[in-house]
Amino acid sequence: MSLLQLCLVLSSLLFCVGLAGALSRSNTILVLLGIELMLNAANLNFIAFWRYGPHPAAGTGVIFVLFAIAVAAAEAAVGLALVIAVHRHRKSVRLQDANTLKG
Amino acid sequence: MTLALLLIAFLLLGAAVAAMLSRNLIHSALLLVGAWAGIAAFYLWAGAEFVAFAQVLVYVGAVSMVVLFAVLLTRQGATAAPVEFDSVKRMIGGLITAGGVAGVLLGAILGTPMDVTAAPPPAAISVRQLGAQLMGPHAAALLIVGVILTVALLGAIVIAAVDKPEDPAP
Repeated sequence: MSLLQLCLVLSSLLFCVGLAGALSRSNTILVLLGIELMLNAANLNFIAFWRYGPHPAAGTGVIFVLFAIAVAAAEAAVGLALVIAVHRHRKSVRLQDANTLKG
Repeated sequence: MTLALLLIAFLLLGAAVAAMLSRNLIHSALLLVGAWAGIAAFYLWAGAEFVAFAQVLVYVGAVSMVVLFAVLLTRQGATAAPVEFDSVKRMIGGLITAGGVAGVLLGAILGTPMDVTAAPPPAAISVRQLGAQLMGPHAAALLIVGVILTVALLGAIVIAAVDKPEDPAP
């Protein structure tokens, strides 16, 4: 097994841990954190393919990961603000309680 | 080289699994900070130093603080109430789905002949090169990311702000 495959195995295992957390927990914050883990696993893939790809000098993977980190930070801020807003209306952070779009 | 990667992978996956299994929200937030630091260590291992420091600044520094604020602001009661796995059906469904996805992904990765040479050249990209690329060919994307961050943070403030009660009539 080459190092690239090892990196890919690591990132897919991390993705699946995040997926299991996002699907099986019912706390909104934990679901959001699971999604963040999945996003980070995707970034690991970019770095692995940049490092072991045919053109490591181009730096495309690094730049893509930088943009992905910036967008993920924005997503985390908006997601947690939504959690706080839902908690203020419903007094709960369970996903099952936020089941209607009416305020 | 491989040993370091295995060590990083072990710590990273251990922290992530423990965070997803923990019944205390603050514990899982702090364990996730450890997982993010492990991801930064992976970036350092792979030779992407700038991304590693960006990961430390953004995730270990900023996102973790936002997460902890959200945990503390949405806490019910005086103590950190344990978070139950309150739906067994949901948990089993999630685990089966994640296991299936893991099986498919691992099968695909291990079954694909990766066309890489044994020892790739040391791919060090300097911060100067990175900056030249960001401000040169990717300048439009950089500007758009700046606009996205500004709009998203303003939107987050607007969403999370407390509605001011109407002033009583004088």
